[in-house]
Amino acid sequence: MLNDFVNQFWPATIDGLAFGSIYALIALGYTMVYGVLRLINFAHSEVFMIGTFGAMFVPFVLGISSPLTGIALVGIIVAMILAGMVASAGTAMALERIAYRPLRSRGASRLAALISAIGASIFLQELFALLIIPKVFNRPQQGRIPMALPRLMERTELFSIFGHSVRVDQVLVIVAAIGMMVALDALVNRTKVGRGIRATAQNPEAAVLMGVDINKIVRMTFLIGGGMAGVAGALYLISYENTNYFIGFLFGIKAFTAAVLGGIGNLRGALVGGITLGLVENYGAIFFGSDWKHVISFSILVLVLMFRPTGILGESLQQARA
Amino acid sequence: MNQNPLARFRTGLGNFGDVMHDRWLSTPGWQRWIVYLLLIVVALLLPSDSIGSFMSPDTDWASILFFPIGTYVVLAIGLNVVVGQAGLLDLGFVAFYAVGGYAMALIGTRLGWNFWVIMLVGITLCALSGITLGAPTLRLRGDYLAIVTLGFGEIIRITARNTDEIGGPNGIRGIPHPPSINDLHIFGVDVSNLLGGIEPLKYGVLDPKPYYYLLVGLAVIVIILVKRWEKSRVGRAWAAIREDEDAAEVMGVPTFRFKMLAFAIGASIGGSMGVLWAAKSISINPNDFQFLLSATILAAVVMGGAGNLPGVMLGAFVVAWLPERFRGLEEYRMLIFGAVLVALMIFRPEGLLPSRQRRAELKEGSGGMGTLGAEVPGPEAHGEEVASK
Repeated sequence: MLNDFVNQFWPATIDGLAFGSIYALIALGYTMVYGVLRLINFAHSEVFMIGTFGAMFVPFVLGISSPLTGIALVGIIVAMILAGMVASAGTAMALERIAYRPLRSRGASRLAALISAIGASIFLQELFALLIIPKVFNRPQQGRIPMALPRLMERTELFSIFGHSVRVDQVLVIVAAIGMMVALDALVNRTKVGRGIRATAQNPEAAVLMGVDINKIVRMTFLIGGGMAGVAGALYLISYENTNYFIGFLFGIKAFTAAVLGGIGNLRGALVGGITLGLVENYGAIFFGSDWKHVISFSILVLVLMFRPTGILGESLQQARA
Repeated sequence: MNQNPLARFRTGLGNFGDVMHDRWLSTPGWQRWIVYLLLIVVALLLPSDSIGSFMSPDTDWASILFFPIGTYVVLAIGLNVVVGQAGLLDLGFVAFYAVGGYAMALIGTRLGWNFWVIMLVGITLCALSGITLGAPTLRLRGDYLAIVTLGFGEIIRITARNTDEIGGPNGIRGIPHPPSINDLHIFGVDVSNLLGGIEPLKYGVLDPKPYYYLLVGLAVIVIILVKRWEKSRVGRAWAAIREDEDAAEVMGVPTFRFKMLAFAIGASIGGSMGVLWAAKSISINPNDFQFLLSATILAAVVMGGAGNLPGVMLGAFVVAWLPERFRGLEEYRMLIFGAVLVALMIFRPEGLLPSRQRRAELKEGSGGMGTLGAEVPGPEAHGEEVASK
């Protein structure tokens, strides 16, 4: 048992970091919306799903089916990430406009918003399974079958740690995710929009009095959170090379777990929570087998909430300093 | 208040509901009992084909009356105790339904016990699992509780899938049916001899009606119990916790104990339905207990009007029946179901038949739902308030 752990420690670490980065990027959307609106954006999982398909659309339209190199490879990866961002951010803003704002303006309960989100979630999944995948991606009758991405990037070994190879796609995921996090952190802490977001999270009433346009801030929150989920979708697709209409569900729960783990409403907490969750579930999988991966992460969640309900960092968006 | 035609229509509908409710409250007890009896008779007559031809032209009406309609109604009543009355957001209710189902399947196939004994065992098991889940998690509030219960629901399902001793992903087959009346022996007398060839309430594979009658019986018992609880000290304690947990605690309500009780009762109701459902369906597997089912039942509770029993039952009926009614639309039914959920929440966030209290909370703008309600009202409400000052 211990031998297994020693043997698989480094592969599990790399996998854990890659998955953890993706969880963290999705968790940002949950945490930002929660910080500003005190609302679990349950349909955020579908925002991620649509991000993977947005990224899939680029090689599909260009008809690429063999690995690329050099500038072409960089170009296509950037294009896929951008397409994922646009698709996801658009979806997130549409969700805000259609499923949440009418409820908000009426002061409905958060429970009603939750049901509305679950409805939107079912709608988007079915929309992809029934219409978008068969029609747009030209796969009639196969809307519910996982769709594979042709290999775009040769999985060359970049370097090795203690004899375990680290592939270029894994490094890409981790580096890109951390880059996005740093950019977001700067956005929230240094720009005017970021100040508005923090002010609204802290006290919406006072924020209005100080001249913050709350509707704009809420829109921006969904836009940014959606964009991050889109990046996550594109990175996941590039690295794991397949997706399906139902993929959002598990990633959504995991990412929310990550957000809670790090301290919901806390942007840096999302990063810490995501990475922690990714690592813990991959280490746990060594001991208990990969079938139990999900059980491990949920058990961790329950334990953390019991002993430290505010999450690892605990500090929330409201108190984040400039 | 701005009064566009739609808003006027809604208020009008609400007033009509109030009038009916007042009249109902002032009717003498015996008249109410007649109405209750009539409702039970109607419920028993429901599976007839003449109603079925309109209600579900594409599927066997009696079958869908048992599942999903009847099953959803009982599950929604159970979840309503937790969500509607005690105000605890439970996203993993399906776990208890699964525990009941697996109790029936395992004990029935391995030990061969009688259905009724298993029912009691299943209910006890579910109450215990409700307490087991509640003990560590019920100190959490609102969203945290929601995500933990969701996690618990998934843990139960994945554990069932990964444990080969209980069938793994294939589940369990050959679950026994409840004993038919003809199989009974009362004081050593074989009942089938007394009945002389007729076979009433024969629990077999083909006819869903006997199971449906059993379900109506279960529903009636559950409704009576839940109503009694609601009107008792327990119900008032739940309402107090739902509205303001801190205030309830200060007033001397042992909030933790009452929250556990709500969890245990909700779990037992979900579990009893699980036992009955497994006894009909012969085989069960972990995929019968997806998160989507929890979400659907919660949608039924909220859509009907959380906390109001007739509303919740109506919500469950609509949620279960609509996709079946529109089976003609085949694969598009879930798409439409999702869109209907969103539309209903936009146009009637308080649910189809809300309790009067809930409507008052909504008007007040506090968002309602006690601990679930936003501590901070929606920013737009703020905006308007501030603008009008």
